[in-house]
Amino acid sequence: MTYEEILKKLVEEDERFIVMTAENRAAIRNLPNQIGDRFIDTGITEQTLVGSAAGLALRGRIPVIHALATFLTMRAFEFIRTDVGIGNLNVKIVGGFPGFLSDGNGATHQSIEDVSLMRGIPNINVWCPADEEDMLLGLETVLKDDRAFYIRYNNSKPAISHNKNFEIGKAEVISEGTDVAILVYGVLLAQAVEAKRILEEQGKSVRLINVRTPKPIDEEQILNAARECKIIATVEDHFLSGGLYSIIAEIFLRNQITAKVLPFAMDNKWFKPVLMNDLLEYEGFTGRQIAEKILKNF
Amino acid sequence: MDSNKLKELKQRAFNVREHIIRMSTDGGCFIGASLSCADLIVYLYDSYLNVTKDTLKDPNRDYFLLSKGHDVPALYGTFAEIGWIEKERLKNHLKPNDFIYWHPNRNIPGIEFHSGSLGHLLSVSIGIAMDCKLRGQKNKVVVVLGDGELDEGTIWEGALVAAAKKLDNLVAIVDRNHFQANIRTEDLIPLEPIEKKFEAFGWLTHRVDGHDFEKLDETFKSVKLNEGKPNVVIADTVRGKGLPSIEARADRWFVNFKHEEIEMLLKELKGEEEAKLTSETIVAR
Repeated sequence: MTYEEILKKLVEEDERFIVMTAENRAAIRNLPNQIGDRFIDTGITEQTLVGSAAGLALRGRIPVIHALATFLTMRAFEFIRTDVGIGNLNVKIVGGFPGFLSDGNGATHQSIEDVSLMRGIPNINVWCPADEEDMLLGLETVLKDDRAFYIRYNNSKPAISHNKNFEIGKAEVISEGTDVAILVYGVLLAQAVEAKRILEEQGKSVRLINVRTPKPIDEEQILNAARECKIIATVEDHFLSGGLYSIIAEIFLRNQITAKVLPFAMDNKWFKPVLMNDLLEYEGFTGRQIAEKILKNF
Repeated sequence: MDSNKLKELKQRAFNVREHIIRMSTDGGCFIGASLSCADLIVYLYDSYLNVTKDTLKDPNRDYFLLSKGHDVPALYGTFAEIGWIEKERLKNHLKPNDFIYWHPNRNIPGIEFHSGSLGHLLSVSIGIAMDCKLRGQKNKVVVVLGDGELDEGTIWEGALVAAAKKLDNLVAIVDRNHFQANIRTEDLIPLEPIEKKFEAFGWLTHRVDGHDFEKLDETFKSVKLNEGKPNVVIADTVRGKGLPSIEARADRWFVNFKHEEIEMLLKELKGEEEAKLTSETIVAR
């Protein structure tokens, strides 16, 4: 089933689901005709979208709200924090074109602090599917969960076939290995898979972990990787600060351990607004570039 | 409105003002803004809102939300007077064993949603009103906005959306006390003509003296909940209403009074001599 088909099914099965958008219909173009008044478009009003979703949630609905990731998590940040977070309301917040997926739009559209912002809010969880298959595998579970989630919408073409067992708070261990562990969420999984192939050609054993939910994080897999692998690489289309690199640093400190960690993230700068392949190359995120940098650090 | 009812409401509003005054010490509260909407809130819970202590969880109840949350002492005072919470409980103001502080908290029976950050509850009310309509229910959603709060962009975003969605079950009330924190609204960001602004956004508008129960009654009875348009009632009020010593001072919007000043203010409320206040406004709220 597609993203829209799953939403439609949930709307039909469960009267609580309402699909909403601040006039960003890319992911839900066909739904208005199919679900009628259970589709609400508030216009280009991210804050009113979130506030009214909170009102619907107070009435027992589960709003699944859509807007561009940047404007949803930043323009409406205080509404998410104050109405959904403090209110502990079950709203599913779907950010479109997150991270590198905004490719040519420019820094205005680059949501590369969204994971950091959303995970910092009590009662709000974060799910970053690696691609369309990964997203569709987990969608029903996340939407039916009774907690609020920020979801980085990602319909990119899958680089691998995923483990069908999706569980919130559990990472997907794609391969076992002890030389290097690559921890990744979101669209860069494809580059991590390519990096793994190159590293393996060089005789390295690679543990590839698709983090899936940065919050709640799979602490056990991260600690195992730190204890059992020589190098850990974190790969994320996000600022270095506040994302996966920060999350594992917090886990290490809490557990009084340390590890050799090589981060791949945007370090205190926005990325070059060009199409995805050029962007990866320019910013040093291709599988080859990731593998080369890891090899240099052995 | 018959004379007995009028007398009853005036007495209740007086009692609510006493509660507000008593909450203005040991930490203080936003006394000016609370006094300005006390009559309004007393009226609404008596004569306009279809909700009782027993129907607080009923999906068909009317909803009341305080978007300018800093006037919550007026609401808690009203709840105490209509028996939703014990009067004794108001003494828990700012105590760690309860949830009574400067802004509304949902742990208090009757509080539909927390507020404090201005410009939020119009959109939350829109969500509630949309759901009431989706379910074909006839209940209404009433939200009080501060006049200073109208500076917030989200009010006008919400005003557009409420009209677009034809939310005629939504009634916004502007507590038009002519002040925002420390300054007259018209001296900073002029709001008038408010009715014309809302009218241009597609709302039905009403204007009333927010301290006159009979006029409030006439106005709210004229609010039309079936014309495909949201309603806004601009209630002209006086910040600090009932206490000339507060009314006279634009900056007395948040004060932490000494106990002896509280006694003086209670006398002033009864029409006895004006309180000689020495506590100054705390402006850093």
